[in-house]
Amino acid sequence: MMQMTGAELILRLLERQGIETVCGIPGGAILPFYDALGQCDTIHHVLARHEQGGGFMAQGMARVSGKPEVCLASSGPGATNLVTAIADAKLDSIPMVAITGQVPLGMIGTDAFQEVDTYGMTIPLTKHNFLVRDANDLLEVIPEAFRIAMSGRPGPVLVDVPKDVQCQMVSFEDYPPVAVPNALPEVDLLAIEKAAEMINASERPVLYLGGGVIHSGASHLAVTLAEQGGLPTTMTLMALGTMPIDHPLSIGMLGMHGARYTNYVLEEADLLICVGARFDDRAIGKAAEFCPRAKIIHVDIDPAELHKIKTAHVGITGDVTQVIEALLPLVQVKLREPWLAQVADLKQRFPLAKPDLDNPRSHYGLVQAVADALDDEAVIATDVGQHQMWVAQAYPFRRPRQWLTSGGLGTMGFGLPTAIGAALAAPERTVVCFTGDGSLKMNIQEMATLAEEALNVKIVLMNNNSLGLVYQQQSMFYGKRPVASKYKRAVNFLKIAEGFGLDAVDLDTAENPAATLAEALQRPGPCLIHCSIDREEFVYPMVPPGAANTEMIG
Amino acid sequence: MSMVIERETAAVTKVVLELEVANHAGVMSHICGLFARRAFNVEGILCMPLADASRSRIWLLVFEDERLEQMIKQVEKLEDVISVVRHGAEHAVFERLETFFR
Repeated sequence: MMQMTGAELILRLLERQGIETVCGIPGGAILPFYDALGQCDTIHHVLARHEQGGGFMAQGMARVSGKPEVCLASSGPGATNLVTAIADAKLDSIPMVAITGQVPLGMIGTDAFQEVDTYGMTIPLTKHNFLVRDANDLLEVIPEAFRIAMSGRPGPVLVDVPKDVQCQMVSFEDYPPVAVPNALPEVDLLAIEKAAEMINASERPVLYLGGGVIHSGASHLAVTLAEQGGLPTTMTLMALGTMPIDHPLSIGMLGMHGARYTNYVLEEADLLICVGARFDDRAIGKAAEFCPRAKIIHVDIDPAELHKIKTAHVGITGDVTQVIEALLPLVQVKLREPWLAQVADLKQRFPLAKPDLDNPRSHYGLVQAVADALDDEAVIATDVGQHQMWVAQAYPFRRPRQWLTSGGLGTMGFGLPTAIGAALAAPERTVVCFTGDGSLKMNIQEMATLAEEALNVKIVLMNNNSLGLVYQQQSMFYGKRPVASKYKRAVNFLKIAEGFGLDAVDLDTAENPAATLAEALQRPGPCLIHCSIDREEFVYPMVPPGAANTEMIG
Repeated sequence: MSMVIERETAAVTKVVLELEVANHAGVMSHICGLFARRAFNVEGILCMPLADASRSRIWLLVFEDERLEQMIKQVEKLEDVISVVRHGAEHAVFERLETFFR
């Protein structure tokens, strides 16, 4: 017979689940758990400076490891601060378990100090959530939270634990089994046969890969499928890295800021094979005009994604790995010379323009210079905005989980804490966080966490002293009337970084910026690399919101 | 009653959904929230525990809409929903309740 408090039980169950690092901030309602954590030497706690930062650190770990990771917050403002990181994990299907403290059971519903309805608030943001009313339930709830977070389409799960439940004594015979993901859905072989027939009969097929390929660990299989069937392959923002960008069949990222030729190739396609993607509006533009000539095969582990935006001719509910494995023996080897020649012709006529690529103080040049100084082992995180799109367009991604970005929710402030999480999960790798001055200020306090943990994170700041993508949209679509997008005062980020205890270099004043950058990237430990860029440089091409992908500007 | 007749003349098809769910606090919130945040109107709701008290049955009266298939798939995804069965408007459950709403 074992006997322990609810708090200790949570801790033992996290240990059994293989959790080695948790990120968060303590507060009144979660103090019993932190007290138990303080007596535990197997789990490393990383003290964030804002709960949202802690949430994104857990996301960074999960995006690199592929496993559910844990963040912690207290009740009330702790939980409300965490909400953005949870919503972000939901939209990008990232496995995460958030544990929040709650006011004692008897005080719930009394407007107690730091009480908020965390359970109600997180219903629409989580894959599932729990309010634990009895510490005995933890034996079931904690493994369930992990099982749900990692089964099928991954996602965030929240467990809200009142303070007295954390203190309650529990007696039990045995620990519950360690949670494992649900069995995968059975593959519909008839649908697979139909899909293979369509691929074999098509003349101008395109393979369209999404983040689900990465979640399933199927990148190499997707590349094999493309090679076997002679399939030009486009990737969503979430899928960058699944096929190396310099692979002859890669046609790069599609959508709002994709290259012209990529969107033109999709316009010509007679078959679209969508694997682990969800026809997001930023990827497909105006849905009715996307791939107007193509039949659609759609593979997704979430049945609710099939026929949601575009009706598929063949919809297959399944794990991407299993579906591709079943497809491969049925897909004929094809060279598709006429189609690939047409694709090559479009690529040559409408390539992505990357002006000033040799200048490390220009936006594309800085991305290129970082890539030149690193190898494919580095992890590249971004914040949200122009810099994110320039990195997505220009960085040579060559492996899954190399690229961490906030795709669905588009959360400014994502980059720095996520990069910290990535470095916690993979301390042997160099982690770069490309950011903008707008985004960096949204979680800049995590510089303190970074300095404290002394992680190998390099913040590459593209500073145009504005909310660049807002300024761009106002310039392009709102009569060149910038409103609230230009900062009136500049911030001295170098001093701020130094104040937090980070190394900092300024490419603006460097005699040889490429060398200064490379040195900073090679030097172990955290560093801010600052570079001013031109506010009048926009992300091109751009599909106006709501327009068809062929209506690109620039 | 006049409302019902109006809708019938407007040829709006009613659908009755029968859900079997885990019986604990919060399940109704999960289900109602799913409909509400998609601006999908639920006309009637009925929920009672089953003989096996660990489960409840929920009856929902909704109107046929092009989004209904997607709604049902989203309901099926909820962790606490065990099954969803779709019935036509002829199902008696809400009709027999009408006496309580006169």
